[in-house]
Amino acid sequence: MGDLDFLKVKHLHIDYDKLELDLLNKVLEEEPSFQWCISCGCCTASCSAGNHTTFNVRRISLLLRRGEIESLEKELEKCMLCGKCTLVCPRDIQLRNVVMNIKRNILKYKMILL
Amino acid sequence: MKTYFQYPFLIGTIFLFAALIYIYIKWYVKLSKYDKVRFKKFWTTNKVWKAIKDSINDGLLHLSIFKKNPVLGYMHMSLAFGWFLLIVIGHLEVVVAKGGLNFPFYYAIFFRYFETVHATTIAKIFAAVMDFLLLFILSGVVLAITKRFYKKLFGMKRTTKLKTFDKMALYSLWSIFPLRLLAESCSAAVYNNGSFLTNTTGAWLGNMINVSAIYEPSWWLYSFALCFFFIALPFSRYMHIPTEIYYIFLRNAGIKTKKTWESYAQIQLYSCSRCGICLDACQLFDAGISDVQSVYFLQFIRNKVDAEKPLFGCLICGRCQVECPVHLNLNDLRTALRIKASKPLTFSYAYTKKPEQQTADTIYFAGCMTHLTPNIKKSMTKIFDYVGENVWFMDDDKSICCGRPLMLAGQYDSASQLISKNTELIIASGAKNIILSCPYCYKVFKEDYLLPDINIKFHANYIKELIKQNKLPEGKLNLTAIYHDPCELGRGSNIYQEPREVIEHYAHRIPLQKNKDKDRALCCGAGLGGVNLPAEAKNTVAYNTMSYFAKFNPDVLITACPLCKKTFVRDRRIETMDISELVVKAIEQPNDSKSKETKEISYAII
Amino acid sequence: MKKIVVIGAGIAGLEVSKQLLQANLPVTLIEQSSKIGGNIKNYAYLFPDFYNAEDLLNSYQYIITDPNLQLLLNAHVSKIDFSKKIYNVITKDGITIPADAIVIATGYNTFDARLKEEFGYGIYDNVITSVELEQMFKKQEIITPSGKVPERIGFIHCVGSRDAKVSNTYCSRLCCITAIKQAIETKKLLPLVEIFCFYIDLRMYGLLFEDLYLSAQRDYNIQFVRGRLSEASEMIDKKIQIKAEDTLIGRPLQMSADMIVLMVGMEASDFSKQFKYHNDLNVNEHGFFDPINPHNLRNLTAKEGVFLAGTSIGPMSVGETIDHARGTALSVLSYIKSN
Repeated sequence: MGDLDFLKVKHLHIDYDKLELDLLNKVLEEEPSFQWCISCGCCTASCSAGNHTTFNVRRISLLLRRGEIESLEKELEKCMLCGKCTLVCPRDIQLRNVVMNIKRNILKYKMILL
Repeated sequence: MKTYFQYPFLIGTIFLFAALIYIYIKWYVKLSKYDKVRFKKFWTTNKVWKAIKDSINDGLLHLSIFKKNPVLGYMHMSLAFGWFLLIVIGHLEVVVAKGGLNFPFYYAIFFRYFETVHATTIAKIFAAVMDFLLLFILSGVVLAITKRFYKKLFGMKRTTKLKTFDKMALYSLWSIFPLRLLAESCSAAVYNNGSFLTNTTGAWLGNMINVSAIYEPSWWLYSFALCFFFIALPFSRYMHIPTEIYYIFLRNAGIKTKKTWESYAQIQLYSCSRCGICLDACQLFDAGISDVQSVYFLQFIRNKVDAEKPLFGCLICGRCQVECPVHLNLNDLRTALRIKASKPLTFSYAYTKKPEQQTADTIYFAGCMTHLTPNIKKSMTKIFDYVGENVWFMDDDKSICCGRPLMLAGQYDSASQLISKNTELIIASGAKNIILSCPYCYKVFKEDYLLPDINIKFHANYIKELIKQNKLPEGKLNLTAIYHDPCELGRGSNIYQEPREVIEHYAHRIPLQKNKDKDRALCCGAGLGGVNLPAEAKNTVAYNTMSYFAKFNPDVLITACPLCKKTFVRDRRIETMDISELVVKAIEQPNDSKSKETKEISYAII
Repeated sequence: MKKIVVIGAGIAGLEVSKQLLQANLPVTLIEQSSKIGGNIKNYAYLFPDFYNAEDLLNSYQYIITDPNLQLLLNAHVSKIDFSKKIYNVITKDGITIPADAIVIATGYNTFDARLKEEFGYGIYDNVITSVELEQMFKKQEIITPSGKVPERIGFIHCVGSRDAKVSNTYCSRLCCITAIKQAIETKKLLPLVEIFCFYIDLRMYGLLFEDLYLSAQRDYNIQFVRGRLSEASEMIDKKIQIKAEDTLIGRPLQMSADMIVLMVGMEASDFSKQFKYHNDLNVNEHGFFDPINPHNLRNLTAKEGVFLAGTSIGPMSVGETIDHARGTALSVLSYIKSN
């Protein structure tokens, strides 16, 4: 059993009626701005880490919104927190804090479940 | 005559000293091994005199506060220095009166109770001095009470919020000296043993009430007030009084704030006098944020309140640190706590691909954010081309972040991964110089990269050198300019002069007011320290800063940081450019500006 | 005789003047530049039917000779004095024009693309704006600023629109259809060129706009990439490297293009922005004039006798501007009549 198995959502479809939205709600409470994303992709395109590896910060917050939290923790380790994404976002979303908050809340979430 | 009223005072005093000795020893024991050695060695050096001088200046006279705010300084001085003198001269008075040291130590505190006559001239002089000192302190108490209610009188917009426990200590402190006045006045009314103050108030009291009835109780009350204050002190904000002296000595011993929260940080935490001077320095108040300010924040930590939000909600611009009269390393304290708070969050950068290794004399490292201000990149390239510098643009394609943004979020370990990757590339290139155009990069390269054989230069300093060596052409532009000090460059890395000199060489710099210039420069609001600040707060700070600059009506606003530049661009009131762009503008079109000048004149004639 | 002052001789100002002159009212038309026409002079052809913009402008030329029209060119309005019953419009040169009614038809400014520094306008040669491309259509010749016939062009939508980073959070709504129009025109001139439009959302709000979008895909093989430009950089051969995310695939995308065209949005004019700081006339947070309401009082300001026409209240197409200006003329007429 992988150490993140309990975070997995194993469905073919995104079954919105059965989503685990605790983590999302917790993150939204602390950083509501990522709800305003229009998915323009600027953050991902300018990303310093994305220049080296597959890291898509836009997709991460979208996955979280759809309850797909399976691999978020591992993915978020790649962020360099350089702040370029925040600087290009046309909706003024505080992406550095989105990353920090998702990380922090996944950690709390794990602690509760353990 | 057997008396009992001194016991509350004695209990309070014994408690206070026991508590202080316990805390002092505890703090000392917890200092790191090296800091203990430093502190021991310190006592054999001349630095002790400096520490004593600092203690008198800051601990007693409060000169630092005095310089910033005379009324507030006077208030602190009258209470601290006045009380100190009252104790010292009070004891001296007893020694003279008794002709020796043969008296219990509380005797001086309640001298007017015990010494009912003073026959000699010397005694009368002492009484007058003691009355004067009491008056001096009382004037401070009056100011302190007034400050609570009319803070504007002190030129301060805000005063500190208090918790219940501090209020109790505060009220007991406020009552000590009025009660001493009452008690001594009663004695004076009965025995006429006071001087100009106590005799007068005593006579006045005697006219109104039966003094002998309140004579004993007033001494009891005075003793209780002292007792109460001493017992409350170690648990209240007034712990700063003894702690500050301790801190001054440790600071003079050369001890530095660590990246981890340890004893020295704890001592600084308790040294904060909560004077509130830092509050007016904080620009976030205007953005409706009133929990991140250093004095509040330290209070949260002291009271063990969950302070994660305010911890990551500060811009770390350092404006409060400059103003702090106790000289606390406020930025370092916050950083240490951020590291502690974000320890479990890990990052891993094993994936980074090395850019193609090149060799060069000089490296230009633009930094992540400069990629969003290509004018800076292009200007630097033009300057390098102009002077024929052999430069490797290290992060042109596959950039690896410098690590500073991670550090500001408390991620020192993660940052060190990036630092080692960049270090490897730099050393392998054989470069002698590395030039940076971003203050964030500059700070981390200067402080945390181990590159002993390489000159780390900020681009403004590099350009200044080029001007000095006559490598860049002359050509002053007909432009008025304001220079905005980036926080990480000015307060962060202590570079103020070179950018100013470069600007003055190529344009007409408008000087700013002293309280908004250099180390007291305003922040643009976008500082990477402000991890969880909402966009509106950042924008408000930016707007207010720009409003200040707009008053001077300059042609351009010049900064030396890509982040400041991008932040100011959104406000259209003043054209914003980097210092390197100004230089390129000047060296490329010296004739253009002249023609502009004549054009303007001809327009005016028509 | 009642006097009406119209500020701005763009399409809106011209249409209002034309209608009022037809009703035999004297009109003073104030224009800050040396020619009438305003922003329409920037365009060669209009969407969605590629109508010649010059023809449209020429249809207004005849009013210049109308004896009831006083046309002031090169005149900047510096102040409007509302203190008396008859208002005074004062120009920078000190000319005072009394007015019973004032029509504000000050139009819009095109966004200064240099403010989006990461897009490289003014830094790299081969980054141009949609206005500059339109000039090439006038000459019927498309050559990149570095002197090459382009083989691949990127059209960048939403430059200076929907962007908090330049304080323009609204949608200029005409740039999408303009991009498609320009892409088709480019393709007509250069059949071999590859065209990629980088968009966030395509807002084909007009009846015929979607048809044009379909035509662009079906008849001209124009490609659409859902992702906003994040950074542009210059390559050694002066080509522009586009960095965006293909958000439908979810991966970053890099592309070299011989030229990129920035679809610059519409901003409030300098004239309306100056009212942000005094309360004579209402200006909204985007800097445009605020009509009393956006439904049935779209031409009126809260100030009696002051009317709004055209893009001074927000982005509009040419047709909408003319419609709006006619409505304004009607409002002015009924106001003059009732006074």
